[in-house]
Parts: sequence; C-alpha cells; structure tokens
Amino acid sequence: MKIGRRSFLSFVIGGAAGTAISPLPWKLTDDSSIWSQNWPWTPVPPDGEYSQVNSICTLCPGGCGITVRKVDNRAVKIEGMKGHPVNDGGICVMGLSGLQLLYGPTRVKTPLKRVGKRGEGKWEKISWNEAISEVTEKLAEIRAQGEPHTVGSIVNSDRGTVPNLFRRFLTAYGSPNYMTMPSMQDSYNMTMQLMQGVTAQVGFDAENADYILSFGSGIIDGWGSPVRMFKANSAWKVDGKKVVQIEPRLSNTAAKSDEWIPIKPGTEAALALGIANVVIMESLYDKENIDSQFGFDAFKELVLNGYSVEKVSNITGIKSATIVSLAKNFAQASNPLAICGKGQGSTPGSLNEFVAVHALNALVGNINKNGGVWALSDTDYIKWPEFDLDSIAENGMQKERIDGAGSEYPHAKSLLNRLPEVINSGDGFLEAIFVADANPLYSMPDSKAIKEAFDSIPFIVSFSSYMDETASNADLILPNHVYLERYEDVPTPVGLQKNIIGLAKPVVKPQFNTKNVGDSLILIAKALGGSVANAFPWDSYDACLEETLGSKWDLLEENRFWSDSNSKVVTGEFNFYPDAMKSLTNFSPVSIEGSTISFPLVLIPYDSIRLANGYIGNPPFVIKTVEDTVLKGKTACVEINPKSAKEFGLTEGRSAILHTPRGKAKVKIHLYEGIMPGLVALARGLGHTAYDKYLTDKGCNLNELIGMTEDPVSGLDAAWGIRARLTKV
Amino acid sequence: MSPQDDKAKEVSADGAAGPIILFFIIGLAASLVFGWVIFPKLLYSQKKQPLDFNHILHVEAVEEGCESCHFFREDGSFSGIPKLAQCVECHEDVQGEDPNEVKFVEEYVTNGREVPWLVYARQPDCVFFSHAAHVKKAEMDCGTCHGHIGESEHSRVYEENRITGYSRDIWGKNISGLKEHTWERMKMDDCAECHATKELKTDVETLPWPINWLPRPYEKQSGNQARVKTVKEACFVCHK
Repeated sequence: MKIGRRSFLSFVIGGAAGTAISPLPWKLTDDSSIWSQNWPWTPVPPDGEYSQVNSICTLCPGGCGITVRKVDNRAVKIEGMKGHPVNDGGICVMGLSGLQLLYGPTRVKTPLKRVGKRGEGKWEKISWNEAISEVTEKLAEIRAQGEPHTVGSIVNSDRGTVPNLFRRFLTAYGSPNYMTMPSMQDSYNMTMQLMQGVTAQVGFDAENADYILSFGSGIIDGWGSPVRMFKANSAWKVDGKKVVQIEPRLSNTAAKSDEWIPIKPGTEAALALGIANVVIMESLYDKENIDSQFGFDAFKELVLNGYSVEKVSNITGIKSATIVSLAKNFAQASNPLAICGKGQGSTPGSLNEFVAVHALNALVGNINKNGGVWALSDTDYIKWPEFDLDSIAENGMQKERIDGAGSEYPHAKSLLNRLPEVINSGDGFLEAIFVADANPLYSMPDSKAIKEAFDSIPFIVSFSSYMDETASNADLILPNHVYLERYEDVPTPVGLQKNIIGLAKPVVKPQFNTKNVGDSLILIAKALGGSVANAFPWDSYDACLEETLGSKWDLLEENRFWSDSNSKVVTGEFNFYPDAMKSLTNFSPVSIEGSTISFPLVLIPYDSIRLANGYIGNPPFVIKTVEDTVLKGKTACVEINPKSAKEFGLTEGRSAILHTPRGKAKVKIHLYEGIMPGLVALARGLGHTAYDKYLTDKGCNLNELIGMTEDPVSGLDAAWGIRARLTKV
Repeated sequence: MSPQDDKAKEVSADGAAGPIILFFIIGLAASLVFGWVIFPKLLYSQKKQPLDFNHILHVEAVEEGCESCHFFREDGSFSGIPKLAQCVECHEDVQGEDPNEVKFVEEYVTNGREVPWLVYARQPDCVFFSHAAHVKKAEMDCGTCHGHIGESEHSRVYEENRITGYSRDIWGKNISGLKEHTWERMKMDDCAECHATKELKTDVETLPWPINWLPRPYEKQSGNQARVKTVKEACFVCHK
C-alpha cells in the first residue's frame, strides 16, 4: 500500500475531526482563558480572617480616627472611623494611602550607620545594641567635656508624650536646645499670649460660625484638621453660610468660597485693620463692652488714623466698596469668624497679621463664644515625676538657647528658622542633633542654608521611619515604628474647639527591625546612667504612656479617643493693643528678598491637599492624584497670569528656569487666570531628593527657592514669598 | 484528453479509496484517544495533601458536624479550612499512633506552622462567594457543593491543572464536563443551574448577619424581598 499525499491529508482530517469531538480544544480554551487571568504579576491578595482595628492617624496634626480593615495579619484598607469627634467616618487622600507608608519601599528597616560620605547613601546595618551605644558614647563624650548644651533636638511639635520625652531628655542631659518644627500654631499661641495673656491652644468653632473670613487659610487645602474642615465647609454650603476667601491666587478653597477677594500678598494685616476701621466708624460693634476693654483706645486710634478705607484700598489693591461691604457683612453676621495662617498653616507667617485678625475677632465679640475663637487650656495629662539635675545639666541649662528663643525673642519657645543663620555665621554651634518625626532638610524654607548648617554638626541622629532627606544625611538612623505599628498619644488636633486625646495603637506588628522612638530614648537615657537615667524611671515607652494616661487608659483602649467634657476655656483680660501692634502704626508689608530690577516677578507658594509637605512625603497613590497643571512628567509647573506671561514671552507648557535670590529650578509654564498678574505660584511638597522612586526627583522643592524673613516680634519666619524671574529655555 | 489518460485515472481512483478511509479512521481514533485519555493525564499533575486527613474519625469526635471545624465567624464570614490554632485545641500532643498524627504534631504544631492544605474547592480570586447566604439562609447542605467529603477516610489525591493552577474538582473529574451529581463540578454554569431557576424568596431584614454581607442585587430588591434568581446586572454579585 502506497502512502501518498491523499492518505496523509486524510489522516490529518481524521485527526482534526477526532480532536473536535474530544474535550481537548474546549478544555484548553477554557483553561487558557483562566491562565490569562492569573499572570504571575497579577497581585492576588491571600484570603483570611477579616477584622477591623480602630486607631488614630498621626500623619498630620489633624488627629482623625481611622478604622483599618485587616485580612489575617495584613492591613488592607484604611477608612475614617465612624463616630470620631474629628472626622466621623471621613478621611483624606493621604490617610487613605497610609498603607503604602507601612508596606512601601521607603522604610528604614533596621538601625543604620553611615559608612560613606554624608548623603552618599552608603550604610552599614547595625544591631540595636550597637546603635544605642553609638549614641550613648557620643553623648557621654560631649557631656564629659562639659558641653551638654551643644546637643539639640528637632521634633514635629511640642505636644504629646514623645516630644515631652525629648524635652525631658535634653533637660536631664543639660541642653535647652529643644526645637520644634514651626507652624501657624506658634503664631497663634503667641497671639493668645500677647492679646489674651494666656497660654492656650486656639480652637475655632467652625461648625457654628455663619460668616467665615479667611485670610488665605486653605480651608479645603489642608488647613487645621483637614477632614474636619472639609466637613465644616460642606456643612456651610448646605446651610447657606458665607465663606470669603482673601488671597492672591484662586486656590481650591477660593474657588469653592462664596466670594474670592484677591489681595496684594503680604498686606493681609492692613485689610484686617481696614475692616476694623469700618466696623468702628460705623459703630457696628458692641460699644458698651468693647470700648472699655484694655488697649481699645490705642487700637481705635491706630485703626482710625492709619487704616482708612481709601488707604487700605491702596495698600491691598481691593476696592473701597468691597472693604466696606466685607466689614458690614462680617460685623452684622451673628457668628462671624476670621481665621488666618496661609495655605495649610505650615509656616508661622507674620505676627502682625495674626494679631490684626485676632483683634477683628475680638471687635465683633466672638472670643470664647459660639461660632468664634476659643482659647483652650491644653489637657494637662502629662504629669511626670520631678527629677534632679546634676551639676553638668544645671550648667548646661543655664546657657542660652542657640536659636535665641526666650532671650532675644522673649515670646518664642523655639525658633528653628534661626538655626541655620546662627550656625552658618559662626555665632553658635551644635555638636549633635536628634531629629524625630521631622524632615527639616526638606521642609524648612531656605533648605540649602539648613543643609549647610547640618553639614557643620558633627553628629546627626535621625529617628525617621523613612529614608527622608534628613535621614539620608544623618550619621545614624534609629528607625521608629510607623504610625500603624505603635502606641502614641494624640493631643487635641489643631484648631479643634474642644479638648480630646486620641490613642493610636498598633494595627499590625512591626514589619521590620524598628523601635518606638520613645523606647530608643529611654534606652539611651538608661545607658547614660546617673541623673539622666533617673529621669526615666519607665521600663518602656508603652509603660510610660499607660502610666501617663492613668485612669483614661482603659477608655482610650476601648474608644481610641477621650473627650474632655469640661474643656477649659481660659480667659485673661483682652488686650487690643499689644506691643506687637505698634509696628503697624506705619504699615509696610513684610519685606521679601530680592530686587525688583533683577527679579520682576514674585514667587508665592501654595498648598494642595494632594501634596504632603512636612515630614511625611506623598505615597505613590497620592502622587498619582496630582494634576498635570501642577506636575507635568518630572517637572513642576508654575502658575502665571497670561498677562504677565505675555510680557515675558512665555506660553502654556513651555519650559523655563525659575530664578530667585536663593536658587533656580527648571519649571514648566502654566497660564492661569486665577493668579494675580506679577505673581508666580509653585506648589509645596514637590522636589524630594529622598524617599522612594515614586516621589524622588519629581518637580522642584519650593523651600530651596525661598528664603526666610525674621518677624521682628516673634522671631519666626514671616516670609510669604520671594522675588523671582522666569527665563525661557 | 486521450482515452489512455482516462483509464489511468480510473485505476488510480480505485486503488486509493481504501487507504484514504483507513488513514481517516486512524487519525480520528488517535486524536480521540489523545483527547479523551492522554490529554487529561497530561493536563493534571497529581499532588498529595501534606497530611492524610480522616474526616469520618473527626466527624464522629465532634458534636456539630461540619460546622465544628468549618464554622462561621462572628461577622458572618466563613472560616474555610481550619487554621492550626483550631486544630491545636485538641491536638496539642500526639494522640494515638497514626504516623500522620505524629507528623502533624512534630512538623506543624511544635513549629507553629500552618498546614499548607491543598484546597479542592478553591475558586479564582475574582469570585465572591458567601457561604453564609447559602448555608445559613438558603439552608443548603454542605454536600450539595462539596459532596461526601465528610465521609472520607483518606485525603484524595489533589489533581492540579498545570495551566490554571486550580483543582480538577472545579472542572469535574469527567473531562467531558458532564456530571451526575451537583457536587461533581464547580464552574460558573453549575452555580447558574440553581440561580437561573430557583425563585426562593427570603426576608432580608431577618438575616442574622450584617446586611452588607449580601451581594448588591439582593439589596436592590424592592421591599424586603430578595431572590436568588440571577437578573440583569447580576454579574457583579459573584465577580467583584
């Protein structure tokens, strides 16, 4: 039998027919479709037991309650905690993305010791024992030389147990140089001190206010406790309450307000006094009560002589009629509220402005009133045993602070902004610095100067959980647990009008070889021995925290927050005319750096809820939400009015170099009708050089372009911008 | 064409018809054998469970049947295969002389390691299935889907599909995809068999677990009535 072509074809046809009536093609089709759904790179989370853990978010000073959904031991979702007095189920984009800070690639996983040059990124992994003894040896050496005051620390705020442990440590060790990151709270606290004579936290009864006059505060851009302000803003809209936003740029807050009043930047204090002028002239205030108040005559004289509507209109660029109607509406509202602190309030700003705005509140009688401004005495729950100082510590504590707070500037508690100048000019020096929960090398204005100052500090210890700019320039990193891995008390959130304490608790076990910064500090103190060790009688930070919170602990463990049912309002005699106001006799806006000839434009920063600009950098999810008018590819965009752009021959999307007296950066032009001609706006929170590949090298850091202007009264940074120039490339 | 050519063609046609049919049959038979017999053997790999588990023995020893070990958690979710912690409640020490028991205690209990059981009924991750809705509310028997696993003395061989990675139980033992009993197959069509026909109505408000445990179309029903019959837009009930 001859097997020919036909036989072969016949065999193939038979095979095909047989295959078609066998399960093979049908099963393979089905299987391959399932296979294609299961590529190895498709993430498939393992299933397990679901549970929910309540905690407090400490990514910003907002103090929101969070509910974390877990599958077995893995946290999979963060939501707002229902029933929490701050956010009642709400959450911001940053809070939502918190898991990326827990599981993401930017964590420091074990104690690290620098082996290369500073900032080179060469580290040696060391054990915790080695890390603690490295620090202890250095500190003991400095102490032995009788120079304990040359050790400083920088923490995020001065409230809560961790900052207080730092303060206690430095005191016992012998250094007054406990510094905190500056913010609008510094200015508000000082305003309370100067005008009401009280040490108090400022609280805004935003929910009950019915006319909100915001001097550039980014109500929905992250000011105060962000989720709470979002909710208040929504409620105002529903109830038809009025929001007036005064700022030179149409921010999100301005766009959502009832009235946006563009103002020449830096002249906000004049506007506040101009409004006061109309209120007084038209007798729109409670004469009986206010006229007799301390300093009111002087205030009245100042306002009537120096801040007539026409004059203020000239200074601020706002029409006289607008100022008059603003004043009338404000004074005639039943619960008017004036707030300040620009953007997210991450810079202290000019004290004049705070004092003038606060006087405006007092004028309409809303201090410690419904819908007004409250002076709250902070819940005094940190009562630790007294401790003795040895002679070295006593000598050290008698030395003046390096930043001049308390001496040169008697009202200030901490003036971190002055540190670079003092160190760089050779007026002072530090042998060692501790940095915790803060990233000054990125988030302080004039970051080049602060980098230079840090370069001359021989020993830098970072307690950061992340490889941020400061940590990557440190000599030693003792990584803290991230917020979802540790216990921590959360004092009353910024701007809340009632006292609450939150208790953050570990949602998951520590993922890496990290240690709570409180524990690190206790270990260092114990290793130093003597009176320093005696000041730290606790076995661990958790034990210290439990003891500190005392009878509140059980309730806090159950609810995660404790509301002070009798939040104490502190009342002192109101002073309408504190010394700080004297400089307002002849108004001149806070001067900014640079000459008008070489820098014809003015650069102002702006904040966005989608850009974190403090210690925490944007996690990948959040950076993805940034619009391409803010960050285009890897280049930051600057906003400029089309009129100004035309003048300099700039067009939309074009690359340019932004020069300021402090530095330069490559940017892209974004034409924006919503910004005053003559200004250039750049977002804060971009241009990181550290963290992970999702954040690094995206845009430019505004703080590298801007300088500092010392406020003559507070000593805090009052700069609101800097002169700038845009050149085509 | 010449007469000679015609003749040649006739001869050739006569002579080739046989082999052509023969080869057709050979091809047909070979592909049928390959498709029905060899292919399934190649497609599935045979895996042994880490331990041989005796269901009969366990069911006799516990009080609440399947739910003693495969229970519902407080929130209404289903625990599935027990975790080590549950087993340890009884098996902290070796009981009896079964080598599997010894292995279990020595390898897993002592080291605190979870037993990597191979799950016969594991569905793709995109499939959302609520045990509570089926077992608690519809009062379905475990065996309807899982068969008589509770009456087995030994763990079956786990056959893993080399392409998809899922158990053979999903497609069913029968490579043709046909089945005799409800538990012999767990593909979508098998779910649909009930869901396309059953008109069972339940009262949502009396459910003992949180309402958000119910898939969306149930919540969408007007009034308190819910039904299991798949309706338009019902895909997302199971495919989350």
